[in-house]
Amino acid sequence: MYVAVKGGEAAITNAHRLLADRRRGDRSLPSVTIDQIAEQLGLAVDRVMAEASLYDRSLAALAVRQSRGDLIEAIFLLRAYRTTLPRFGSSVPLDTADMQVERRVSATYKDLPGGQLLGPTFDYTHRLLDPSLLSDEAVEEPARREAGEEAIMRVSDILAHEGLIEADGDLPQDQPAGDLTREPLEFPMSRDLRLQALARGDEGFLLALGYSTQRGYGRNHPFVGEVRIGEVEVEMDIPELGFAVSLGRIRVTECQMVNQFKGSSKAPPQFTRGYGLVFGQNERKAMSMSLVDRALRAEELGEDITAPAQDEEFVISHSDNVQATGFVEHLKLPHYVDFQAELAMVRKMRADIEAARNGENEMKDAAE
Amino acid sequence: MTADLATYNFAYLDEQTKRMIRRAILKAIAIPGYQVPFASREMPMPYGWGTGGVQVTASIIGPEDVLKVIDQGADDTTNAVSIRAFFQKVADVAVTTHTKDATIIQTRHRIPEQKLTEGQILVYQVPIPEPLRFLEPRETETRKMHALEEYGLMHVKLYEDIAINGRISKTYAYPVKVDGRYVMDPSPTPKFDNPKMHMSDALQLFGAGREKRIYAVPPHTQVVSLDFEDYPFEIQKFEQDCALCGAHGVYLDEVVLDDKGGRMFVCSDTDHCEDRREHGHVGAMLATDREAAE
Amino acid sequence: MAANTEAFSGGFSNPVFESQSVFRMVMDGMARPGTIRTVEQDAGQPDPLGSAAGAIALTLCDHDTPVWLSAGFSQSAVAEWIGFHSGAPITREKAEARFAFKEASSALSSFGLFSAGTQEYPDRSTTLVIEVEALGEGQELTLAGPGILHSTTAKVAGLPETFLRLWADNRTLFPRGIDVILTAGRHFLCLPRTTRING
Repeated sequence: MYVAVKGGEAAITNAHRLLADRRRGDRSLPSVTIDQIAEQLGLAVDRVMAEASLYDRSLAALAVRQSRGDLIEAIFLLRAYRTTLPRFGSSVPLDTADMQVERRVSATYKDLPGGQLLGPTFDYTHRLLDPSLLSDEAVEEPARREAGEEAIMRVSDILAHEGLIEADGDLPQDQPAGDLTREPLEFPMSRDLRLQALARGDEGFLLALGYSTQRGYGRNHPFVGEVRIGEVEVEMDIPELGFAVSLGRIRVTECQMVNQFKGSSKAPPQFTRGYGLVFGQNERKAMSMSLVDRALRAEELGEDITAPAQDEEFVISHSDNVQATGFVEHLKLPHYVDFQAELAMVRKMRADIEAARNGENEMKDAAE
Repeated sequence: MTADLATYNFAYLDEQTKRMIRRAILKAIAIPGYQVPFASREMPMPYGWGTGGVQVTASIIGPEDVLKVIDQGADDTTNAVSIRAFFQKVADVAVTTHTKDATIIQTRHRIPEQKLTEGQILVYQVPIPEPLRFLEPRETETRKMHALEEYGLMHVKLYEDIAINGRISKTYAYPVKVDGRYVMDPSPTPKFDNPKMHMSDALQLFGAGREKRIYAVPPHTQVVSLDFEDYPFEIQKFEQDCALCGAHGVYLDEVVLDDKGGRMFVCSDTDHCEDRREHGHVGAMLATDREAAE
Repeated sequence: MAANTEAFSGGFSNPVFESQSVFRMVMDGMARPGTIRTVEQDAGQPDPLGSAAGAIALTLCDHDTPVWLSAGFSQSAVAEWIGFHSGAPITREKAEARFAFKEASSALSSFGLFSAGTQEYPDRSTTLVIEVEALGEGQELTLAGPGILHSTTAKVAGLPETFLRLWADNRTLFPRGIDVILTAGRHFLCLPRTTRING
């Protein structure tokens, strides 16, 4: 006889047990440690921190381990943890001009104050699988530049002297920076909130949208003014003290995209900018973000909105991979009640058509 | 490395988040059917899996409550089991499968068959709270339509359906008008359940986590399914009775028995079915099995 | 100094459960307009704030909800007490206030300056907590609307004279409008904007 499905609880427990087994894999191999992940899969850890909006390498590494390397799952784990943390306030804006720069390249100048610093980049590696990594060969210490050098000037500051490029935007005096994790979204958004959404947006989604602007879907004539990667100080104003105190240093990637702009009824001809800033080292994300940021400024700069990347509601509503994966994957939850309703409807409609056809045939037969 | 990662508050959410959600719930009750935006939090379960309902339940639940969680009408579907276990863990709350014993019922896709009573709260998990979304994908546009009470397009769409299919083919998430003002999405419940929302004795709360909206229908409030004079709203009718408990006029699940077209129909509301069987009601299949056993 | 002591004392002894319990009463009250609820929790609020009003303030107000206080409240320890225990900023602008508290027998000239929300966002409106002399006695009001089966009655003593006229005006704004909680000592009842009142 038919027995209603029971034992959901036991099924879930067993599924979790099997999942833990698969995560651990072959027990004869040593287990990968959090430190090893943080040190040797650093870019995965960076991505998880960036899209989870939480700067904590150890926890991000733990999330990578727990998620078996599924980075969106890891981002989700870290986000769900982040949301339970108390908030003490917001930091003062990062001063990226004061960055301890490890990499800095500009596409707009051959040479510039501070120079071009390649840093730890894949750019000029030949993409040949390296057999030496099959074993654990010793790795050379890196070359280091002399300590105590002056801060490396930002390219946007160089262009700004001529008044050819728009200035850094400023928040109005009494307006604290928005936070979309604390307030419901509302369109149109202010740029601060939009940048926050992009900074935690899915790398792949932003990459594809940025790419689409290059292929003519909202072309915005970008030049990489500068990409820089390095450590910056995070400071917070303590009202009781009356000054800002340092909370520590974090590694970030910043991209200043410089876009040629012929002017419109709303703005004069000048170079405009798209901005990207992400936790850790992630140039692809920072560059994509700056392309999409610039595309989303179409309305502000009086450009025609013709392409997906320029459509704020479309881009921001779909950039969050934790939301997207949840809703796409929820389709595997039972929907049999609704399916039953549809099934009955389709059967009824087919029966009606059948009946109508039979009716016609009978009439035909009678006529013959 | 952080050794003790987190100690969670009662019902998981921090107090500030609960206050924010509670304020949204109060405004939702004061404006029946209107979707109140709220700063939905990341929950430890995926978006689309009931995070809105869970946040609403977590904000209202107390130690005195008795919680029932159903998905597709059943207490034992895996996601219902998982959400119920979550509240047992973070709120140490009493749980039940009996509709009549519950003070809070969190549901996905069904309204229990048993009439809800004064003092009960039904919390719906909502994937897409905007009833106009299938006509217009933009929030900026649909918000205007609600503000201006501009629902003509919805009627046109439903009427087109009649012109093409000879009937309104919407079978679930069938739009309703609440207290004569807001058109509301009842969540993807089959339209069979729509009449239960009308003038219910219970408070109905709706949470959409990913879409960041909360809305409500207070008790004793008009909830009218949209229709036309010549095409009045009708609910699904099942020719069969429940094979297990013999119930008639309830929503049934079709269970496939073999690959030769064999199938049976059983109550979607598992508690209702069990309760009837305990009270001696016997459906056709159960009767056959018993005869066979004797 | 006395005012300060008053401002820093009180508060819920078990905020998580007490605010949950008070919230449920307010929620049930909003869902069933006109029903009188009694707050057992002790908010330890300073005079002249009533204990129901005090408990509601602790339950619903925080950094995100500017609070407006009538003159009698703002000149007492109430302002500091709400600020200290809830973190809510006190505002003199009625239009900014998410919650407003009005002491007993003070004049009520208009709801107009409080926020009624917008047609797009009618939820962005003030909830006005008005202290009256007593609930369950005095003037009998007949209430109807969502949350009420047919109609119900509620007795209120010391309702501001202008209230019923202002309420009728408020009704015409729907879906915009303010929502009201009438408090009297430990007791309160809710009047969401949907409730129709006949005096």
